[in-house]
Amino acid sequence: MQPPSPATSPLTTTAISTSERTKRFRGGQLAVDHIDLAVPPGAVYGFLGPNGSGKTTTIRMLLGLAFPTSGSAALLGVPMPDGATRVLHRVGSLVEGPAFYPFLTGTANLARYDAADRTADPATARARIEGALDRVGLLAAAGKRYRHYSLGMKQRLAIAAGLLQPRDLIILDEPTNGLDPQGTREVRALIRQIAADGITVFVSSHLLAEVEQICTHVGVMRTGRLVFQGSLTELRHTGAARVTVRTADPEAAAKVLAGLDLADPQATSGEASAVLGGVSPEQICAELVHAGIGVRGFAVTSPSLEDLFVGLTGEGFDVSG
Amino acid sequence: MSAARFYNSELRLVLLRRRNLLLLAVTAIFPLIIGIALRLAAPHPDGGNGGGPAFFSQVAGNGVFLTFIALSTLLILVLPVVVAVVAGDSVAGEAGYGTLRYLLAVPAGRARLLAVKYGVIVTFGLCATFIVSVVALLAGTVLFPVGPVTLLSGTTVSLADGLLRLLFVTLYVAAAMAALGAIGLAISTLTEHAIGAIAAVMILVVTSEVLDNVPQLAAIGPYLPTHWWLSFDALLRAPADTATLLHGLLSFGVYAVLSGSFAWARFTSADITS
Repeated sequence: MQPPSPATSPLTTTAISTSERTKRFRGGQLAVDHIDLAVPPGAVYGFLGPNGSGKTTTIRMLLGLAFPTSGSAALLGVPMPDGATRVLHRVGSLVEGPAFYPFLTGTANLARYDAADRTADPATARARIEGALDRVGLLAAAGKRYRHYSLGMKQRLAIAAGLLQPRDLIILDEPTNGLDPQGTREVRALIRQIAADGITVFVSSHLLAEVEQICTHVGVMRTGRLVFQGSLTELRHTGAARVTVRTADPEAAAKVLAGLDLADPQATSGEASAVLGGVSPEQICAELVHAGIGVRGFAVTSPSLEDLFVGLTGEGFDVSG
Repeated sequence: MSAARFYNSELRLVLLRRRNLLLLAVTAIFPLIIGIALRLAAPHPDGGNGGGPAFFSQVAGNGVFLTFIALSTLLILVLPVVVAVVAGDSVAGEAGYGTLRYLLAVPAGRARLLAVKYGVIVTFGLCATFIVSVVALLAGTVLFPVGPVTLLSGTTVSLADGLLRLLFVTLYVAAAMAALGAIGLAISTLTEHAIGAIAAVMILVVTSEVLDNVPQLAAIGPYLPTHWWLSFDALLRAPADTATLLHGLLSFGVYAVLSGSFAWARFTSADITS
């Protein structure tokens, strides 16, 4: 069954929505486990997770390349995969790296994909192809065979293919994978430009830094499940602030913190800490002094985004980039 | 309109591949080699009576027969290879490059992509078959005398009638290749390795030809995909043996429909993992 029909205007329709979407491979492995994605229109949505957490399988299902085991999904309000031929021409995509014909030039490769699109106007094909190549900075290499392209150029050509037609949504799977820092910057700048044009961008990554720099919303995957979804601000708020006390007697300090009903009190050498919760720092400080503990340092810290991601995804998440 | 554009793009892609052009060149060279060899081996215009199919001995008297000799010789291996390469590569090759996922995300439409692929396979087979006929006809005209055609049944028909029969023979062979192309397309949907698909088609052809030549298996012969390929000699009789021709065309049609259905069922329901 489809989810309740969203509003018909493309401006108010959720760009991507899935409900209980599940994919079990033939071997029985659960690759995507009941995920409910909601990508608001105009968002730059970072789809995060370690390699193997189900991101690419989710994207393949979104684009109708893989068929779901259960659940429903809609792109721009059109149910998938049934509506694939009705909606995909409004969606640009890059899935698991660029793929083109090595013996064709950049222009000929784009013309090939354009020719396959029944909604594309052949009369404007040349202008649209040149426009797309120009946009990704490949006009100078347009006549070069694809096999002679550098990795960064290949990646940009794939993005150009996604821009051949006016799009409402761009889906990019690991667009900076394998790129050097310069290539990464170029692709990131390109994504910002696309988003500035009002196109919804759904970008998957296993790199936190990338998402943190360009995204407004995030979804975090872990072993096939969507463990967090929301704006970056909302994600920051999920982290519980901790109070840390530097003292010569951490054991006693931890006891005081526990006495204040703070969660997870811990004592390490020279430090005691606990989750701040609803207790005010001033009160903790007063209690510590009252208990006769010599306080050398006192700090309230919120976890970094990095800590939050590691907490959500477990080990294996590449936070350093 | 949009389908025509996609078809043209596909055809250009196939015809621009150096490998495929080389294959067409090979189909053009073989009739020349056969013609020259026969010219050297048969110095007396009405003396020769070598082995081979019924019309082999006739070429010395009439160059038109070089076309039938070339078609029957190339049908054993060369034409099937040409078709197998393009058909086997059709879907598997795209999967191997990874371009298949992008074509479907365009969206090209799965059934539409398959139809365009098959259209181009048929066109390519038709090209290869006509190249053999035309080159053989030209070579036959240059190397041997040409005139009214004495059919296998003994009747002599005008040269124009003979050439018309040649046209039908060529179309019959092209139909056989179209059926093989459908089998190749179906096999191509099963793998991401074009070479594997091409090899599988060729193994199928050779196996069918071998089984067809085992007398003890005569009962299954008519059901083999290659059994009716050489039956075009039915057109070289007066009156033409239409029953045999219809059997052949029915066999091609059944194989094309079954393979096409299989390819469609497989391709419209399979996950694209390449």
